[in-house]
Amino acid sequence: MPYALCFLLFVIGLYCVLVKKNMVKIVIGILVMEYAVNLFLIMLGYRTGGAAPIIDKTCLEPGTGQITASFISTSVDPLPQALVLTAIVISLGSLALIISICVRTYEKYGTFDITKIRRLKG
Amino acid sequence: MEQKQRNSNVAQKEKISNGVKGMTIIVKTIGSWAKVLIFLFGIYIVLFGHLTPGGGFAGGVMIASAYVLLMLAFGGEFVKQNLSPSLALKLACAGTLAFAAIAVAGFFYGPDGFFWNFIGQEWLAGESSNLHFINAGIIMLAELAVGVIVAAAIFLVIFTFSTFKFDVSDNQKE
Amino acid sequence: MAIFYILLLFILIAAVIAVETNDLLSSVICVGAIGFSGSLMFLFMQAPDIAITQIVVEVLGLIILIRATISRDLTFISGDREFFGVVVSVVILFAIFLAGQTVLRTLPDFGTPAFVAAAQNCDLPAPAAQTYIAEGMQKTGAANLVSAVILDFRAYDTLGEATVLFTSIIGATVILRKDSRRLGEEINE
Repeated sequence: MPYALCFLLFVIGLYCVLVKKNMVKIVIGILVMEYAVNLFLIMLGYRTGGAAPIIDKTCLEPGTGQITASFISTSVDPLPQALVLTAIVISLGSLALIISICVRTYEKYGTFDITKIRRLKG
Repeated sequence: MEQKQRNSNVAQKEKISNGVKGMTIIVKTIGSWAKVLIFLFGIYIVLFGHLTPGGGFAGGVMIASAYVLLMLAFGGEFVKQNLSPSLALKLACAGTLAFAAIAVAGFFYGPDGFFWNFIGQEWLAGESSNLHFINAGIIMLAELAVGVIVAAAIFLVIFTFSTFKFDVSDNQKE
Repeated sequence: MAIFYILLLFILIAAVIAVETNDLLSSVICVGAIGFSGSLMFLFMQAPDIAITQIVVEVLGLIILIRATISRDLTFISGDREFFGVVVSVVILFAIFLAGQTVLRTLPDFGTPAFVAAAQNCDLPAPAAQTYIAEGMQKTGAANLVSAVILDFRAYDTLGEATVLFTSIIGATVILRKDSRRLGEEINE
């Protein structure tokens, strides 16, 4: 059920990109889609009643220093978290690039409306 | 005729805003105290990235936020005179080169040594040791490089957006 | 589990408002609300690294969006495209949603990690995540397993990410340079 709600968020972002006329609204739709994808990836790695993947003294066996088996079986998955961490920072870089293109287009044509930009020539 | 048209164009350009305007004196005073604390906290998050949550990416963005506070409180004119984007560009290039150098330096330790962790590590053995600060090999050096890259890049973006002069009167068809 | 449903409902309401409202400032504020509740969800899903990064990046993204759009004196352009295009888009999106539902039903339930369960179903010796947790601290010396994964086990991806971030920032700086010459001047001179 939470997977379905996250996919609904993605479809709402896709609707915004396809249907709206204002350029900034399209950028907001792309941003909503990126949030939905990051949320979905973290949801794939969640374990109910789990613990964060950070080791402290309570997770180690007292004699040898190995990780206890109970920690391995109750911690959440650290692999999707590592992938999403870089994806979040890259979304900031791509947002800067898209907004700079929008600002330059507004300077040249004087409007944010994409249907009017098709009709003006040069 | 040409001179008068050029003068009116110049006057119209100056009326349009020259980057971000500054804020009131309360914001300026508190901002100049708070930016030091934000910078220090960002450095802490970057340095302890292998022991506590955080790491290079979050810490680098926090270091850039200290400069963002400065830019929003003091306005575009002050920022253009006192902060240098060329230094930020050089720092970003240096950080990327350092990260690639750490990766290639593993080649000295064998044929499949790309990103080999060549600095010695200690891990917890027995009961009496604690989590040391310098026990993670190349992870701390790579974290510092990533922090420098992200901080310089985000500073450069916000600098460009806050000193950007916006003029429509040049290219639009009349 | 109830907190997840409450936060997801809040995110969906904020997303619908952000998409449908005519005021650009309101939609940017709603995007900020989506980002903030997303960060709360990451915190409740035991991912503190991601929560810190998401909240800081979302604040800077809001600053970029507001700087580019609000400080212009715009007259409001609102509304959708022509009616036939809207109807076709909604029908196709509904079909995509139903198709996605049949795929999502084959995943394990929310609560078991999908990659670990998939590896155990295929009789692999150990999933990669279990190996990273069991031997991560011993092999790398770092207590934060997410940092150990992105900077030692999967460091090649971090090199690629640094390159992509660097290139996109250089591109944004070059596009907004203010002393770029226009084509007419160069031809006339």
